[in-house]
Amino acid sequence: MNNGALVSLVEVHKIYRTGEMEVPAVRGVSLEIKRGEFVALMGASGSGKSTLMNILGCLDRPTSGQYLLDHADVSRLDRDQLADIRNRKLGFVFQNFNLLPRTSARENAELPLIYSAKRLSHTQLREKADRVLASVGLAGREDHHPSQLSGGQQQRVAIARALINEPEILLADEPTGNLDSRTSVEIMAIFQQLNARGITIIMVTHEQDIAAYAQRNVMMRDGLILQDHLVSKRTNAAAQLKNGAPEPI
Amino acid sequence: MRIAPTFNVAYRALRRNKMRSVLTALGIIIGVGAVIAMVGIGNGAKAQVEAQIASLGENVILIFSGSTTSSGIRTGWGGAGTLKIEDAEAIRREVPGVIAVSEEVVSTTQVAAGNQNWFTRIYGESADYFDIRQWPLADGAPFTAQDVRSANKVCVIGRTTATQIYGNENPIGQILRIKNVPFTILGVLTPKGLSPQGVDQDDIVVMPYTSAMKRVIGGTTLRNINVQIGDERQIEAAQQQIISLLRQRHNIRPGRDDDFTVRTQQEIAEAATATSRVMTVLLGAIAGVSLVVGGIGIMNIMLVSVTERTREIGVRMAVGAHGNDILTQFLIEAVTLSSVGGVIGIICGIAASRVLSIYANWPTLISISSIAVAFLFSAAVGVFFGFYPARKAAALDPIEALRYE
Repeated sequence: MNNGALVSLVEVHKIYRTGEMEVPAVRGVSLEIKRGEFVALMGASGSGKSTLMNILGCLDRPTSGQYLLDHADVSRLDRDQLADIRNRKLGFVFQNFNLLPRTSARENAELPLIYSAKRLSHTQLREKADRVLASVGLAGREDHHPSQLSGGQQQRVAIARALINEPEILLADEPTGNLDSRTSVEIMAIFQQLNARGITIIMVTHEQDIAAYAQRNVMMRDGLILQDHLVSKRTNAAAQLKNGAPEPI
Repeated sequence: MRIAPTFNVAYRALRRNKMRSVLTALGIIIGVGAVIAMVGIGNGAKAQVEAQIASLGENVILIFSGSTTSSGIRTGWGGAGTLKIEDAEAIRREVPGVIAVSEEVVSTTQVAAGNQNWFTRIYGESADYFDIRQWPLADGAPFTAQDVRSANKVCVIGRTTATQIYGNENPIGQILRIKNVPFTILGVLTPKGLSPQGVDQDDIVVMPYTSAMKRVIGGTTLRNINVQIGDERQIEAAQQQIISLLRQRHNIRPGRDDDFTVRTQQEIAEAATATSRVMTVLLGAIAGVSLVVGGIGIMNIMLVSVTERTREIGVRMAVGAHGNDILTQFLIEAVTLSSVGGVIGIICGIAASRVLSIYANWPTLISISSIAVAFLFSAAVGVFFGFYPARKAAALDPIEALRYE
């Protein structure tokens, strides 16, 4: 609240050890992301963006440096404490959706609630899941299994799952990597709409035109931030869908 | 811990792979079913033997004639004809604690009445016999001590003998010809059923031993003497006293073998149940092996399942599952498979032993304790064989798991 930064990385290093070799993946990154931002994290493979994303997502701990999430230092928490942070504050969207197979969209969306400290009844779970599924345009498909849904619909289920615990940050790792361009725009429309409602979004992508839907682009190379700038000509996905052509804001 | 939802998750996972769950549980079903049925057969045999031994009567000492060694050849029980009526009287007189004695002679012969005849066993006994063996009459009255003293031509008959000769007619008061001697039937014994050796115990004629020796069998020696002791604690002392009394009466010098054998009911029971106990353990152990194989089946499937669901585990961890949640989920899956299998196995085992009882005529006995042990053991099999795969799942790194192809 004092400086408004929701995410604050201070001199974060991550070094992987493979036998005798030490491989530095992130070499001193400092980064602040404010509440309500929509950041695209960009870079070639091997640039350290995935490692940084894992640290931001509390899936991994930095070797050194500090990670303040909502003013709390999470860089030294243990496995279970990190799991609780992920459950309460973070939502994940993956490139390959990572939905549970042979499980309905509703049950997939409910998943984080099962591990939540909040005790909800079966009906409450169901209502909540249905509401979030409806908000991403999946009303009527609650009982469909992933195999009965298109790629775009599967990614919507994944977004519903990420949103169900009302997280502070939505972390998306190449969310459009497995989707065609039209569906990609639809997913970006949902992201922009969520962002407009105040959800902070951090998205890893290597596609320039996808990064253009974000407010801010952070470029990485060799484990360091190469460039950090605001997007000047931001693409509006909703307008694009309406007109069938890209259009700057 | 979030147990309730984790249960739910585990059941959903099992339902997703119905066929696999059923086949995995089948290993346990067969294992537990086999244990229940096999132990049931063993216990049934044991219980039957025990019941037979108990039907010998309470606190009974049996003295058998014979078993002497003559030129290195040992005769069997009753073979040497060394027990005299006087021996029985001496025991009655001199051994403290003795409350009843029955002199016994045994033979088999043809009996006849009217136009019917039947080959049966003849038991010569004293009037105490029915008390010692706790064998009351179903109908009529037993012979008395007076009948024994006078060697009266009276007898009581078993249910089988009665049916074979008299059919539905009342045999009491009728005349039964045994070796052409007419005996008056005083009563009919209550049915006892088959002995452990499969002998029909109701196929019998019981008469005063004096009558049997004088009129039917001949001879002057007893096959055995049945002695009943009043107090259980006196049995051992009585046994020793009988041995020394008989050795003295038979003029057996110290160091020479007895020409009789004294067995307490306890000894007979132990010898007889030892076999069935060994059988129970053996059958149970063989069946137990199949239960362990079933457990290994669970472990195998759980390991496959953990590998197959690595991504699922990664997703669950990413959205906030603790290692313990994952551990519990897989353990519940394993224990559910094994305990559901256990319950079905118990039902199958009970059904199998019923079928064996009815069609193969084997006695089976399924105790509550064997059911409880089988159930707990099958649940334990689930915990034991599910723990390693579950721990493997819980120890996964979420990043690796999410990337797993």
